[in-house]
Amino acid sequence: MGAEFVQLSLIPVLIGILSAVACALPGNFLILRRQALIGDAISHVVLPGIVIAFLLTGVTSVAPMLLGAAGAALVAVGLIEVVKRLGGIEPGAAMGAIFTTMFAAGVLLLDRTDTSTVHLDVEHALMGNLESLVWLQAEGWHSLLDLAILATLPDELVRIATVCAIVVALTLVFWRWLKISTFDEGFAQALGIPAAGLGLGLVVTAAIAAVAAFDAVGSIIVIAMFICPPAAARLMTNRLEHQVAWSVAFATSSATLGYIFAGYGPLWFGSPAAVSASGMIASISGIILGLACLYGPQRSRVK
Amino acid sequence: MSPTIKPAIVSDLGHAVGPARAPRDAALAIHGLTVSYSEKPAVFSVDAAFSTGEISAIVGPNGAGKSTLLKAALGVIPRLSGEVYVFGDTLRNARARIGYVPQSASVDWDFPTTVLDVVQMGLYRKLGLLGRLSGQGRAQALECLDRVGLADFANRQIGQISGGQRQRVFLARALAQDADLLLLDEPFAGVDAATERAIIGVLKLLRKDGKTVVAVHHDLATIRDYFDRILLVNVRRIAEGPVATTFTTENLQATFGGRLATTHLSELAIMDDGH
Repeated sequence: MGAEFVQLSLIPVLIGILSAVACALPGNFLILRRQALIGDAISHVVLPGIVIAFLLTGVTSVAPMLLGAAGAALVAVGLIEVVKRLGGIEPGAAMGAIFTTMFAAGVLLLDRTDTSTVHLDVEHALMGNLESLVWLQAEGWHSLLDLAILATLPDELVRIATVCAIVVALTLVFWRWLKISTFDEGFAQALGIPAAGLGLGLVVTAAIAAVAAFDAVGSIIVIAMFICPPAAARLMTNRLEHQVAWSVAFATSSATLGYIFAGYGPLWFGSPAAVSASGMIASISGIILGLACLYGPQRSRVK
Repeated sequence: MSPTIKPAIVSDLGHAVGPARAPRDAALAIHGLTVSYSEKPAVFSVDAAFSTGEISAIVGPNGAGKSTLLKAALGVIPRLSGEVYVFGDTLRNARARIGYVPQSASVDWDFPTTVLDVVQMGLYRKLGLLGRLSGQGRAQALECLDRVGLADFANRQIGQISGGQRQRVFLARALAQDADLLLLDEPFAGVDAATERAIIGVLKLLRKDGKTVVAVHHDLATIRDYFDRILLVNVRRIAEGPVATTFTTENLQATFGGRLATTHLSELAIMDDGH
């Protein structure tokens, strides 16, 4: 765990943890509001927006990507309405059709575009590029105290750390409002709490977390982290406060264990090639959810 | 003249708002309230006034807009037109004086929280966004739980109590709001006899303290025992007044039409002058 770890593994692990936590926090409330698949939906819908933003600007920086993602989300909302009205089909089916179609369009766009100069391709969209986010300037743990070397930290880390900090701050500030409007929206409104705006704010926050995490770790982790850690956490406790703490713990351990298993796991089985860290992190979070389903103290509750 | 009339309100509204029929000092005054979910209004141009210190019932058939009326009066759902005054003031200014008991079936009782925690939600308005819940607030919430007979259940997860107890938890939460006007949406729906007695006992004690209670109610058999005043609605206002003079077969026929069950008719025969 010396210089090599700091150079090659520390940054990916940190990015994995921050992405997982940024998605898991809003995921807790989305799950309790029966909107768990919104995270899934967002991460699909934003892909064509991000690709188009890249095609127009030629760079993968955060502002155009966020704008592209937001634009794609608006287009999706409009299309869903159109399909619902013209087709006369139920909202869930309309959403499913639009989300998958837009994601597929994004994949096709990516495939037909020359993105060889940047890390933007189909594989990146799904898996991210966690393993490539190294910090070669670092010489060891002491580099964390050296301002000049700290300045060379990858942009992806700074970005996801900022977004994660914003998500944590919003969750803390609006905790009470989120809790009451998730449990009893009518009562919250009777108290004068702007429940509708709060619900929208939650989805927007989830979208920001999704786009920031998507950039670094790909859509597989985003989908998994919105659902698996909070769902597993719900099975551990009957207190919202504890549930959120458990979800952060599960998100953190999924990211850490997943990265380590992906890098070193195959070696233990005699295979020299490492496997995708994103895939492994998502798998670990699924395994944690499976274990919580089998052994979680609150797995069988009165309905 | 009553001190509750603030000059600000008069200038605020400019035109002749003046409650045509409803007295300004009514705890809850509703004027021309119309609410619509689709093209057909759920509540149409309803006027009502609920006097201070009384227990009033809102009665009508299923789909008559009783809950809609209550929610629109609270601002929980938007109103198409109409005005609402609470103690002569606007809803916005008087929010802190209103307590609310929603239908207990309207929430997910599997939510990860405790009985005491739900009651403490009644204090959220006072606490604001970031205020800390003091030991005093906790004691107040516990006292409200005690008033509905559930002090022993404070630390239970809300999914682990019975339907009647859930209804009482909601009442305790409204008590924690420390309101002057309490609006309840079907407080006796699906509760056991003990819970019904406990709830009406609490409501009558509130009346003794000068509080105003308005409840959407279903059971015509208990109207005379529980309520002072009644508003009969079926989308429109059918009748309103003291139970003694308003709760008549004629008004009930007008409200329920052909949907009034014969069993109810026989009940009503007892208290009315004849068929």
